[in-house]
Amino acid sequence: MTEAIIHVHRGGPLVALVGNPNCGKTTLFNGLTGSRQKVANYAGVTVERKEGYFEAPSGRRFRVLDLPGAYSLEAASPDEMITRDVCRGHFPGEPPQDVLVCVVDATNLRLHLRFALEVRALGRPMVVAVNMIDAAQRRGIRLDLPQLERELGVPVIPTVAVRKAGAAALVTHLDTQPVGPPAAREPIVDLHAEVRRLLALTVSMPSRTAAIDERLDRIALHPIFGLLTLGVLMFLIFQAVFSWAAPLQDAVSAAVAGFSGFLEGSMPDGPLRSLLTDGILAGLGTVLEFLPQILVLFAFILVLEESGYLPRAAFLLDRMMFVSGLSGRSFIPLLSSFACAIPGIMATRSIQDPRDRLATIMVAPLMTCSARLPVYALLIGAFIPRQTVGGIFNLQGLLLFALYMAGIVSALLVSWLMKRWHHDRAEHALLLELPSYRLPNLRDLALGLAERTRIFLRRVGGIILALTILLWFLSSYPAPPPDAVGNALDYSFAGRLGHAMEPLFAPIGFNWQICIALIPGLAAREVAVASLATVYALSNDNADVVASQLSQIVATEWSVATGLSLLVWYIYAPMCLSTLAVIRRETNSWRQVWIATGYLFGLAYLASLVTYQLARLWA
Amino acid sequence: MNTLSSRPAAACDLPRATGDAPTLAPTLAPTLAQTLAQTLNELPNGKVAWVRSVSNLADAPEWADRLEEVGFIPGERVMVMARGMPGGDPLVVRVGNSTFALRRAEAACVHIATSAA
Repeated sequence: MTEAIIHVHRGGPLVALVGNPNCGKTTLFNGLTGSRQKVANYAGVTVERKEGYFEAPSGRRFRVLDLPGAYSLEAASPDEMITRDVCRGHFPGEPPQDVLVCVVDATNLRLHLRFALEVRALGRPMVVAVNMIDAAQRRGIRLDLPQLERELGVPVIPTVAVRKAGAAALVTHLDTQPVGPPAAREPIVDLHAEVRRLLALTVSMPSRTAAIDERLDRIALHPIFGLLTLGVLMFLIFQAVFSWAAPLQDAVSAAVAGFSGFLEGSMPDGPLRSLLTDGILAGLGTVLEFLPQILVLFAFILVLEESGYLPRAAFLLDRMMFVSGLSGRSFIPLLSSFACAIPGIMATRSIQDPRDRLATIMVAPLMTCSARLPVYALLIGAFIPRQTVGGIFNLQGLLLFALYMAGIVSALLVSWLMKRWHHDRAEHALLLELPSYRLPNLRDLALGLAERTRIFLRRVGGIILALTILLWFLSSYPAPPPDAVGNALDYSFAGRLGHAMEPLFAPIGFNWQICIALIPGLAAREVAVASLATVYALSNDNADVVASQLSQIVATEWSVATGLSLLVWYIYAPMCLSTLAVIRRETNSWRQVWIATGYLFGLAYLASLVTYQLARLWA
Repeated sequence: MNTLSSRPAAACDLPRATGDAPTLAPTLAPTLAQTLAQTLNELPNGKVAWVRSVSNLADAPEWADRLEEVGFIPGERVMVMARGMPGGDPLVVRVGNSTFALRRAEAACVHIATSAA
């Protein structure tokens, strides 16, 4: 599926920001454009296209394009190819930019200037923005910017992207000075030698900079203390996700329930009301309830990312992940998947090695996402007694922890098997930069959260809305004839399908109610709870069945073996079509989607079978 | 032709990666052999060294280019800051002013000298 390039903002000169990763380019972009930015995709690839605009003091509007960070125009990854092609004007549909702003890190010109020289060789109008000037000053690095400007032959402007007015000099320059292409000169063969020459003329560095980084890294990279720190951080994050998000979750579910009640009261009974309350609100409402948890987890991930800590975590975990066929870079996408696999899978774009990326995408659905929690809560509440083990550990809590661990261990096992299956003995590169530690910027955090919320709502809301409507339809039609006895649901498409599935699922202990609930349950994991409630409500001729009542119904009507079997089913089964849709999008391949669907359902059935039969024997 | 046997060895005298084996006085041979054999993954933590060259891995020819792009160029200072556990893989390497995490296989492409040119 190809997407056309969307030029979201009209008019005005087009400025493109380029630079190495970790030069502060995105912070500069956020500072210039604020909330006036839109994210789309470059046609045919999964690289994000970020365009925004700002208004200069003269009133002129400038469009800004944030290109992916690249160490070189000799591109190695899809990201870098985009930067190379767009800068050269070779990308179809992208017009040539009016000005290239090459952003370099003032504290590390040794690395960053090389790229500036490559960009200069393109012969397009350009300006060099020397960013993080404040950090350089703090470290005692002295820069002779006018001299650098003379040597480079292009305007050199200092910026402090993290400060409010930090880009003022850049904006003024773009607004008032016409920017022409640099004077033509002989192509430089040895870029590093030229960088050395420039540094000798313009930069004076004290012998030891970055003392704070080294001190922090002594702990963060320590084999024991580093892992300990990481463990504590992860524990704190999960605690925060489950406790801080709770009041927000309650607020969302109260709002949804309130709106639903309002509709029930004010609308006449009939299919439209049923569609709106039982279909759309029930389906979307349950998904929206997870948004607070997702946002809290993302806030932490963004803070860790901005602070520069995450590559350290990737380093600590790399060995273990590499043995399992993943990469240290898989850590962030898999961590995100604990909130929701959709943004987690989208985050695999940062993994350059295609085999590592595919392995991460394939196992991301095994991470215990927050949508499984209502199902787990229902079943654990119904079947596991509230006991303490060893005096301190809550049995219910222990089982929840065991379910999380099962997901993680299975993921490592599956990716290890994938590596063996592909006879993958090749060496994989890591080459991960550990940038300087820095204080996270609140504005960037807010913008990052807003963007992820928008993306999540767009994707999930789109497909879940469509599927919920479809499944409501399947569960409501055909309606039972007026003289029908028994369950209304039995007459619908979903009901008939559920009954037909029963023999297939008998070995794993699923009764026909579960089978019916699994059909709308395909839309999203948490929908299963609502579906079960619907099944028991419609079959009991009750108006509605609240979750706590459902827990009691389930506890009395099902066997423990069935409950455990369904729990285990939910560890593996991809009861989330949105995840499969994102896999399709990120891999550009239907084959991978079928492989993922097949192996996940296969594992689910096998695990449920083992669980059910063992539990039955033991009971 | 260089008669290395008649002067003390210095890093700048070393032949380039695929050069001929020089004729050496027996007393110099072990030192040169040690220095010649050193790749970045063999450098102990905290010890400073200098990059001599970056070689290619047979099935990953692009690694040398990438390593050079990010600063592993002849004459550049390198130091290993930390190693992963167990097995010392990956390594955290400071090169120039940047810090990178590399796998052992990547670090093995970087040939180093433990004394300055």
